[in-house]
Amino acid sequence: MTQQFYVSPEQLMKDRADFARKGIARGRSVVVISCEEGIALVAENPSPSLHKIGEIYDKIAFAAVGKYNEFESLRQAGVRYADVRGYSYDREDVTARGLASVYAQSLGAVFTAEQKPFEVELAVAEVGGNQSDDHLYRLTFDGSIADEKRFIVMGGQADKVAETVESGWQQELNFAGAIRLAMKGLVTDKEAGELPASALEVAVLDRASESTRGSRRAFRRLGDDEIAALLSKEN
Amino acid sequence: MQDTTANQVAANATSSFTEHLQRNRPGLLPYNQPFPAALTGAGSQPLQVPHATTIVSLTYGGGVLMAGDRRATMGNVIASRHIEKVFPADSYSVLGIAGTAGIAIDLTRLFQVELEHYEKIEGTLLSLEGKANRLGAMIRGNLPMAMQGLAVVPLFAGFDLPVGIGRLFSYDVTGGRYEEKEHHAVGSGSVFARGALKKLWRPGLTAEEAVAVAVESLYDAADDDSATGGPDPVRQLWPVVYTVERSGARRIPDHDLASVAGAIIEARTTARREA
Repeated sequence: MTQQFYVSPEQLMKDRADFARKGIARGRSVVVISCEEGIALVAENPSPSLHKIGEIYDKIAFAAVGKYNEFESLRQAGVRYADVRGYSYDREDVTARGLASVYAQSLGAVFTAEQKPFEVELAVAEVGGNQSDDHLYRLTFDGSIADEKRFIVMGGQADKVAETVESGWQQELNFAGAIRLAMKGLVTDKEAGELPASALEVAVLDRASESTRGSRRAFRRLGDDEIAALLSKEN
Repeated sequence: MQDTTANQVAANATSSFTEHLQRNRPGLLPYNQPFPAALTGAGSQPLQVPHATTIVSLTYGGGVLMAGDRRATMGNVIASRHIEKVFPADSYSVLGIAGTAGIAIDLTRLFQVELEHYEKIEGTLLSLEGKANRLGAMIRGNLPMAMQGLAVVPLFAGFDLPVGIGRLFSYDVTGGRYEEKEHHAVGSGSVFARGALKKLWRPGLTAEEAVAVAVESLYDAADDDSATGGPDPVRQLWPVVYTVERSGARRIPDHDLASVAGAIIEARTTARREA
């Protein structure tokens, strides 16, 4: 009978965490910024159909970095959770906090019990009536959950990108300003001075969607033309 | 097929909210709680529950329109004067319901979530045919309840974006789906509404004319069917009317309906005809 090698729990968890971190660090970054008009979600993503940013519910959006199949299954699970909850209670009973804690539990369970941890980092954003009511949650591969203010940066070069965003962030940013700032952050470590609109995936959670668009669904994905127009327009 | 992990994953992947509920939370489906036979079985009194009545729908030049009166009845009693029976299903389609009000409203809610769920999971809208078929499947799911006297009969209308026209579908209790040309009506007042529609409808109506035709056909239905409510100037209650065009579904505001209904009432008063 072969003897199993003893590995201490500390070492096991450390190895798993290192493995997950490496996987995430390979990916391109995502920036989620709370601004005056709502919440802007910006990702560097050359694919027009494989999204890193998605709608979960009326006021709630999702952004992720890491392995596509893993975060896509989490996104779909989130949509199912939110839709079941909203259907069985009421639409206003679906909150980012509830969703984030479900994500934290599933990520935590996968991290400790499964063969390999998920190589993903998630953001759950909920837009409120004013900026102080916005909720931004960051979830990491081990199920840790953090309640962030102002913005979240995730992905390979998160620290560098966060520095740029931090220096430029102000409360009065509108969508155009927030998206430009996010893009400035995303190109921080590149030689190329700019990202074309087609290399960006941008969506917004509109604070005033009910009054301006007559829709309780605040999530809106921007097309390439719109992104290009926003980027070229000066404040 | 081999029962591999990949097969299992593929089998479990669904974009349908109803299917997800059926699998994981069957108790939440509106038609999954059997009623005790003593209440609904043979020989028992029919269950006294509110019924939603007349819905009319018609196509016009730029799209399709649906309108419903505001009355729900329970036997010979008016259960509600404010009920709404026409709902936006998503941004390009609307749904009207006649039959057992409680189940119909829950089915509507389920259908709305079904369409939104598909849109969010897949990242694209379901085709109009796809929406019409899903609704048919849900009505068929309700068949056991319908057999116990709790039937729901919907009308479904939407704008077919690729084709560029408004289309209209009716259903029977078994979920059978029939595309209607021109116009259709369901509910207790539908025979009278349909008669009016036949005379008032013509090809190429404008949206304003279509609203007037719909309101007048509901007026005729209310005139002859006690379960259909007419325009109520005392309470300022007007039918619920939605239009669906290329730009999406839109509810006609109450003040527009007030003037349309006012014009009809005035014309009939002036004519002083008995029937």
